[in-house]
Amino acid sequence: MLRHARAGVWAALLLAVGGSLAEAKPFRFANDGDVGSMDPTFRNETFQLTFISNIYEALLRRDRNLKLEASLATEWKQVEPMLWRFKLRQGVKFHDGTPFTADDVVFSVNRAATAPSNMTGYFASLKEVRKVDDSTIEFETKVIDPLLDQKLVQIYILSKPWAEKNGASKSTDVTKPAEENHATRNANGTGPFVLKLRDPGVKTVIAPNPNWWDKAEHNLTEVTFSVIQNDATRVAALLSGEIDFIYTVPPQDTERLSKADNTKIMQGPETRVVYLGFDQARDELQESNVKGKNPYKDVRVREAFYRAIDIEAIKTRVMRGQATPVALMVAPGINGYVKELDVRPKYDPDAAKKLLADAGYTQGFETGMDCPNDRYVNDEAICQAVVAMLARIGIKVNLLAQTRTKYFAKILGPGYNTSFYMLGWSPASTYDTHNVFEQLLQSRNPAAKKGAFNVGGYSNPQLDALADKLEQEVDKAKRDAMIADAHKIFQKDFANIPLHQQALIWSMRKNIDAVQLADNSFPLRFVQVK
Amino acid sequence: MIAFVLRRLLQAVAVMLVVSLISFALFNFVGDPINNMVGQETTLDERAELRRQLGLEDPIPLRFARFIGNALQGNLGVSYRMAEPVGRLILSRLPATLELSLAAAVFALLVGVPMGVYCGLYPRAPLARLFQAVSLVGVSLPTFLIGILLILIFAVHLNILPSFGRGEAVALGWWTTGLLTAAGLKALILPAITLGLFQMTLIMRLVRSEMLEVLRTDYIKFARARGLSNRAVHFSHALRNTLVPVITITGLQLGAIIAFAVITETVFQWPGMGLLFIQSVQFADVPVMASYLILIALLFVIINLVVDLLYYAVDPRLRLDRPGKAA
Repeated sequence: MLRHARAGVWAALLLAVGGSLAEAKPFRFANDGDVGSMDPTFRNETFQLTFISNIYEALLRRDRNLKLEASLATEWKQVEPMLWRFKLRQGVKFHDGTPFTADDVVFSVNRAATAPSNMTGYFASLKEVRKVDDSTIEFETKVIDPLLDQKLVQIYILSKPWAEKNGASKSTDVTKPAEENHATRNANGTGPFVLKLRDPGVKTVIAPNPNWWDKAEHNLTEVTFSVIQNDATRVAALLSGEIDFIYTVPPQDTERLSKADNTKIMQGPETRVVYLGFDQARDELQESNVKGKNPYKDVRVREAFYRAIDIEAIKTRVMRGQATPVALMVAPGINGYVKELDVRPKYDPDAAKKLLADAGYTQGFETGMDCPNDRYVNDEAICQAVVAMLARIGIKVNLLAQTRTKYFAKILGPGYNTSFYMLGWSPASTYDTHNVFEQLLQSRNPAAKKGAFNVGGYSNPQLDALADKLEQEVDKAKRDAMIADAHKIFQKDFANIPLHQQALIWSMRKNIDAVQLADNSFPLRFVQVK
Repeated sequence: MIAFVLRRLLQAVAVMLVVSLISFALFNFVGDPINNMVGQETTLDERAELRRQLGLEDPIPLRFARFIGNALQGNLGVSYRMAEPVGRLILSRLPATLELSLAAAVFALLVGVPMGVYCGLYPRAPLARLFQAVSLVGVSLPTFLIGILLILIFAVHLNILPSFGRGEAVALGWWTTGLLTAAGLKALILPAITLGLFQMTLIMRLVRSEMLEVLRTDYIKFARARGLSNRAVHFSHALRNTLVPVITITGLQLGAIIAFAVITETVFQWPGMGLLFIQSVQFADVPVMASYLILIALLFVIINLVVDLLYYAVDPRLRLDRPGKAA
């Protein structure tokens, strides 16, 4: 009897070992840029945060459809308008073996909310975070904040004892030329992967966490992330099989990779909306031959521009089909997207000409245009197409396309030195439309932190009032109705010209299974190697 | 001799100050690093504050003086992009670049000199014509194209050599080397050929024309008249006399190889200083760019100095002015 039982155990063990040997695989992927640092509050940027989410975890996380789900917190609720309560998962351990506690949460939130953290913008509403007992945390806010849970997805939890022991209790500070922060090259989270090797700018190796609290969906034994900056080399490495997956695919290679024997393409629309904006704030444009007045203050001119742009041509010719036109400033997947309103006014150059004539510009006019050439997919080519389309209605556009470091320095505040510009935006902090209103469409008001990226200075008091009201509305149905109303105001005003969502394109070897999320994050916990 | 070296060093300091001032002034035009450093929702106030803390608001001469002052104390600042001390960052990338450059230079010399000698001795041989044709390719094709072609052939189609990276590097103290592992050596082949090809053809053409010229001189005829063997005439008389210009060119080209490794390193994702520089330019990471350019200026200065000293060793005519040795 005993012998039988033993034999059974051995058989089971052998099966388990044999099974895992057959299934589990290493995985190698590459991107054109590196993760800036292993410090979870170093930079508020998608690729950075998504890579770190393999190592560190937040209270909540997003599932395959970008919906919130429990992570280090098991339950959460806005118990009072200005009070959120989170129940913490018990029995979780950090990679170094220290237990995960409520103190770690309080510590990490405060670390993220305090300069020089790059995440302070998430905490404008936060008054205090406090430990109630070992398994409960409360967030008290200064104003009603219905989106606090959405924001906390990007706030990763560090071990307080680990950070304090290693002098990393504050975020990395690039302005202090002293010693490097320990958390820059080392990591100690609770997540599905453990950091094994960090060689900045070259490669980063992580391995599965055997003690992870959740059941692993991936079957990876080790993940090597390499930086390959050159497009052609990155594609070559994928074709030659040295790399299993590339995250940034050069648009011109998409077709080739989809047809090659060993590689495939995965694509879908990204939540970022690329749009064109007008300077509607100045009384006279900086870059135009119209003097003494600003043509963009006239809604007819803005509508004329909108109708003169052949979005289908941009989609099929410039973007080679890899774009989804939109008529709103938000895309599907973001709370507040309204499908019924996502209808573009018809492309109609004749009507556009007439609108211009009505506005008093029968001969058209001349305007400057600013565009990046290395920020969005085919950004410069899109702008060139727009220049040609506007020429047909008599508008002469002087295009200035330049690299992003120059571009953003020119068009962003406090100067906002542009007349007509391109920008892309995804409400990556909250996945909610309010963020778009607050940052891009509300009247510029630095004191209230509104409209900071409203580069054109569009201003409509009705929209301002709605946005302020819905910011604190807890009832979802009422809130969504207000968002829809605000969308309508935006559309009636032709405040900007939304163009499209660019396509997210990933490419991988045929034996790789991944889940593509519309926010362009790439969590390894969904990856399977067959 | 010592006075000569000292004079050269003084010139070097002046050259480097000028180079660093020019490069520093240029960086004013690469754009604003702040927008790369912060997330999209960082407020304008916070951006302005960061800009102030980093001293980006100050006038260029002040920033330059501060940079030089800190650099003299061994502090090159902190990279905006990586939040690491620049000195350590560059030092950690230096071995990769030096190994690649030396491998390229050795390749260029070992292949270029024999090819040049052969073409000089037998200018009409079919093989010599082939070498000439190949050298034309090397001179005229841009580095990045050669690199991509090599990757296409050897990595994608034949699948025998890696397309990127340094393979497996072994750490020896602060120095990392790829020369001790098979993967590291394999990874070195394509980048070294890509980087060295231009220099190889240059050396080959130089040796060939020098050989042709030297072989026509009277002392070669005398040497032959003395009944010396072909081997002795070709190698101790002819080749030796072609070496002065070859050393000059090789020396100066070594600096060029290190400086222009930027392109090869980008194509092969070779983790050296050049790649670091390119990444920094895109980010407007001024401390890294400034330090890199100063380092490159320093390298050129040192190489020039070494080349000048090597002349002494190779060319006895330069030693004539030294008293007591003339006889």
